[in-house]
Amino acid sequence: MSSIHISKRDGMPFAKALMIRLIGVLLSLVVCAVVIVALTKLNPVEVYKAIFSGAVGTSRRTWVTIRDSLILLCVAIGLTPAFKMRFWNIGAEGQVLMGGCVSAAVMIYGADHFGTAQLIPMMVVGSIAAGMIWGLIPAFFKAHWNTNETLFTLMMNYVAMQIITFCIVFWENPAGSNTVGIINSKTKLGWLPALSGLTYGWIVVVVLFLTVAMFGYLKYSKQGYEISVVGESENTAKYVGINVKKVIMRTMALSGAICGLAGFIIVSGSSHTISTSTAGGRGFTAIIVAWLSKFNTFTMVVISFFLVFMEQGAGQIASQFNLNENASEVITGIILFFILGSEFFVNYKIQFKKKEEGGHTK
Amino acid sequence: MAAQDNAIELKNITKRFGSVVANDKVCLTVKKGEILSILGENGSGKTTLMNMLSGIYFPDEGEIYVDGKEVTIASPKDSFALGIGMIHQHFKLVDVLTAAENIILGLPGKEVLKMDEVRKKIKGLVDKYGFDLDPDQKIYEMSVSQKQTVEIIKVLYRGANILILDEPTAVLTPQETEKLFAVLRNMRADGRSIIIITHKLHEVLSLSDRVAILRKGKYIGTVETKDATSESLTEMMVGQKVDLDIKRSAPKDLTRRLLVQDLTCVNPENVMTLNHATFSAYGGEILGIAGVAGSGQKELLEAIAGLERTTEGSVMYYPPEGIGIDLATKDATEIRNLGIHLSFVPEDRLGMGLVGSMDITDNMMLRGYNNGRNFFVDRNTPKKLAEDLIRRLEIVTPGTTTPVRRLSGGNVQKVLVGREISSNPTVLMVAYPVRGLDINSSYTIYNLLNEQKEKGVAVICVGEDLDVLLELCDRILVLCGGSISGIVDARTTTKEEIGLLMTKTGKEKKDE
Repeated sequence: MSSIHISKRDGMPFAKALMIRLIGVLLSLVVCAVVIVALTKLNPVEVYKAIFSGAVGTSRRTWVTIRDSLILLCVAIGLTPAFKMRFWNIGAEGQVLMGGCVSAAVMIYGADHFGTAQLIPMMVVGSIAAGMIWGLIPAFFKAHWNTNETLFTLMMNYVAMQIITFCIVFWENPAGSNTVGIINSKTKLGWLPALSGLTYGWIVVVVLFLTVAMFGYLKYSKQGYEISVVGESENTAKYVGINVKKVIMRTMALSGAICGLAGFIIVSGSSHTISTSTAGGRGFTAIIVAWLSKFNTFTMVVISFFLVFMEQGAGQIASQFNLNENASEVITGIILFFILGSEFFVNYKIQFKKKEEGGHTK
Repeated sequence: MAAQDNAIELKNITKRFGSVVANDKVCLTVKKGEILSILGENGSGKTTLMNMLSGIYFPDEGEIYVDGKEVTIASPKDSFALGIGMIHQHFKLVDVLTAAENIILGLPGKEVLKMDEVRKKIKGLVDKYGFDLDPDQKIYEMSVSQKQTVEIIKVLYRGANILILDEPTAVLTPQETEKLFAVLRNMRADGRSIIIITHKLHEVLSLSDRVAILRKGKYIGTVETKDATSESLTEMMVGQKVDLDIKRSAPKDLTRRLLVQDLTCVNPENVMTLNHATFSAYGGEILGIAGVAGSGQKELLEAIAGLERTTEGSVMYYPPEGIGIDLATKDATEIRNLGIHLSFVPEDRLGMGLVGSMDITDNMMLRGYNNGRNFFVDRNTPKKLAEDLIRRLEIVTPGTTTPVRRLSGGNVQKVLVGREISSNPTVLMVAYPVRGLDINSSYTIYNLLNEQKEKGVAVICVGEDLDVLLELCDRILVLCGGSISGIVDARTTTKEEIGLLMTKTGKEKKDE
């Protein structure tokens, strides 16, 4: 009889851990290939090529992929301080929506009075404030009455969606379409301008700045230290005199603010419209990004790029091979499964032991 | 066969947990009608070994013989069938049932339950061995020692001939301990074998016939108690000579640091956990706090540290310069911001005093991270402090970046105590400072406390081992049910006096 022993590792050299993860990705591609052949009879290499070309095949496609991954990255960065504090903020969706909603409102109502140079700062401030409020409400209740933040933030998402639905009634364009349409499509007022020729230049600058800033904030600032202590042990935090209520509210204000800003980036820099699907599930996908990266904002750059890359590729294989878009979700799912699986092998050691069976009986 | 004299014989028992060898080829014999103590420091494998006898763990290697026959114990049921009964540190009783109901719980029976017969059988056991038990009393009305009695009778009722007790005296007062020992001696006289796990040397010496010693999972040897002394046993346990003297100096330059008056705390269920406590603590002395677990020790220290809400009373703090400040109305943040050097080593080291997943440097930072106006933290000062402590207190760690959770209990406590002392406190409160520590680390901690006392710090020390409190402290405050039942001079009092004070108010309440 042989037995399997699973025990936790004490740590692993970085290179070895990277190797395990790479092997995981390679294995996942092999499994995907088998699945592709089994289900569609297509040549898997062709399918992989199509995913590539869909995501980065042309310069336009590449930029769309970059833009969308930066937006996803922005939401993930917003979630990070909350998660680091063990505050399960699954309300990024709503915080993004509220930021986008305020941005759209400023664009619509401000178009007759202001130019883009005035509109943008107003939109930024408004969206940050809106996201902040949306994050602060559950934080306030958590801090004072210890309500469950998971349910609370989740429900705030639906409230945000209802508010958008309500606003669309007023902002409908054209009338009767039940959509807002492209806001200021002729004047482009309130649209995020290009930066030295790059359409999405500002998005790149802002989000990469946030990536670096959040990394430093969590690692080197006193507030970041307080977040870690509160997250690891609220008792310890109280013991050393950290004001736990204040930290919870401050951190969620920050988390919501960045998510709200992401809403601004979507509306002003990408979609130029608002609907209940403006956030598009990014608030939830960002949770995967944050966790897979173990809250390291630089790793998040890679992960969000990968997820958006697969998403863009999905569209391509759907049209090129006449497949359902779900086909690529299957591929993404398999790859994610292997990546998560390799984390297990990085953290745990498995030993196979042969045990001789003695004839001990009573 | 000679083996017939042995109730239990263990041969080359090995048990591994992952890469940790908890028991390494342990051999042990228990004779019929004897009390065998198993002595060893924390983590030496005592409980693991006994858990293999009671069927909780299964040995990786080795053989077990009961009454001379080789047996396999794969479950607690097998263990019962062999007449082995274990009394764990944490009781497994149903609160709303009576003692008798708990005793028969889980036993097979006929359709009609004849409680009278059960009571009669229990009464028989109680009288035979000199227990003190009312079979119809509900568990929730019982004291800790009564609950322990129920557990012991439970295994006797099931016909256990070999009893294993895991640190049975940890929760008892000296008087209760004496009663338990008397009962155990009666059982020995009746031919039953008793194994008692403990790390209190004087109990080993007064109770057992033989002592088996384990060290780091290895079996060191068994000695006749009559040939052993505290020193010889400690040497076997630790592997080297240890000086068991605590150097207590006479208190000098006593200055009042704390005046606690009528301090009262109420828990969320509206039960009074601390009842009008009044006492003073002086710089230059160690004030011990004794009491049965849960008598208000935690609440008292946390109320002073600003972590527990107080409903009544005051905590006047007298700094070396300036006037007194009332801390009772202030929380920990306010106390910190006032710049008061109040150090506190809480009972829950990794859950309160330290952050287990952070490294030593970051844990050093906990107290002082907020100093200065800089937005960013300064990690250089705490890193120097960490390196300094590692060297001075001989903390065993791979480096300053190892998470403190990975350190052993003694080293964790050195990190915590070291940090608290490094802020040059005027008042130092420690709760159960040596719990779970090996002997060498314990004496390091005692010496640190004495050093602080000589520096003029007011040291308040909550302890559970009365022998240590008597040797270490200058005065001992005894808590009972949230009230202070007495403050005695540690140099002149006796264990018996403290034991009586520990149960004082409890008895008064019952008489009312």
